[in-house]
Order: sequence, then structure tokens, then C-alpha cells
Amino acid sequence: MDVLLFGIAKDIVGKSEFQVPMDDDVPKSVQALKDYMIKKFPDFGKLSSFAVAVNSEYAQDDVPLNGNDEIAIIPPVSGG
Amino acid sequence: MSRKIVEIVDSIDTSQVFTELSDAHSGGICVFVGTVREFTQGEEVVSLEFETYKKMALMEMEKIASDAMKKWKLNKVIIRHAVGLKKVEAPVVVVGASSAHRDACFDACRYLIDTLKETVPIWKKEMFENKTVWVSAHP
Repeated sequence: MDVLLFGIAKDIVGKSEFQVPMDDDVPKSVQALKDYMIKKFPDFGKLSSFAVAVNSEYAQDDVPLNGNDEIAIIPPVSGG
Repeated sequence: MSRKIVEIVDSIDTSQVFTELSDAHSGGICVFVGTVREFTQGEEVVSLEFETYKKMALMEMEKIASDAMKKWKLNKVIIRHAVGLKKVEAPVVVVGASSAHRDACFDACRYLIDTLKETVPIWKKEMFENKTVWVSAHP
């Protein structure tokens, strides 16, 4: 499962895309992905917040994830 | 010309916006231009760098423009954001609306920029003399 990274999320992971191995631990929901990222990269836990987008839309925590979805970590936005 | 303009660009030419929002049925045009400020909490900013998740950002900007057109009677709406490295005083965002009477475009203009800042996936990195900071990332 590929996860797109932007802004500070890219700096935390050190690249613009992160591959989650499709094993038994693969996160099956937005909430599970957030937990997975914080466990793997504790700096995510220090952010004010972060959201997950599934197929370019903000996704609630209970939204299920599929391997072919376009998934992105959305750290706090700061445009304008 | 289209009633809605939603764009992410490399640089903004603020002189275009009047023509883009001008409309025979409008008696008023309201525009907000966001620019790079030199000081943030007393510290001198050298430049700002904007990054975006373009596909999603355009979808969110489109939603904001459509919602504004539902909330107020607007003739034209624009939301244009720049990305990349921006120096002090450079325009980084232009939003605006035209309407028959001024109340609608004033209110819509504020809604456009306030909502953009809340929802559109664009990130700003402040570059100081000796450090860089992703704005709003940490509490």
C-alpha cells in the first residue's frame, strides 16, 4: 500500500511516498493507518493533528482502506 | 469566460483578476490577495515555500467555489493559489467574487480565503536565516 506524503510528513519519513508492506499488519482503516504511522514514526504523534485522504478526499477514521486506493497523509494545512 | 476559476499556478499576476471577475451583471468585485510578510513573531522571514497535493487541492478549491456560489448570489468566483518559493511581498493567493451588490461579494471573499486556509491541502514552509519551519505543524 503506497502512502503519499506532503509537507512535514515528507520530512518526517524522509521521502514523498511510503510503502506499507501488505502483510498481516497492513492498516485496514484510516484510524489504523494513523496508529501505524505514529508507531513507525513517532514524530507524527508530535503534530497538532493529521488527516488522511483516500482518493483525494478527506476520510473519517472509520473509512476502510484498500490496496488500490490513493492514500495520502495530510498534515495541518497552511495555505493562504 | 467561465463563472468559476480554480487554479494552482507557479506565479500570480494580480493585474488579471479585475478582468477575470468583471461582469455586466455585477455592481461590485471584491478581491483578497495574500502576500508574503517579512516578519513572523518578530523573526525575519527570508522566503516562503508552498507545496501542494495538487489533485486534492483543486477538488477542495472547487468545492469552496461551488459552496460560495450556493450561499451567495455571485456572478463570478476565483480561487488561485501559487506554489513554489516566494519572496517577501510576493502574492501567493488571490480569491474574489463579483456580484450585483457589494454585500454578497464581501461576505463570499472572506468565506473563500477562510475556508481555503482550513481545508485546502497546501503547506507553507517559512525559511528564516538559519532554520525552516512548516507553519501550523506543531501545537
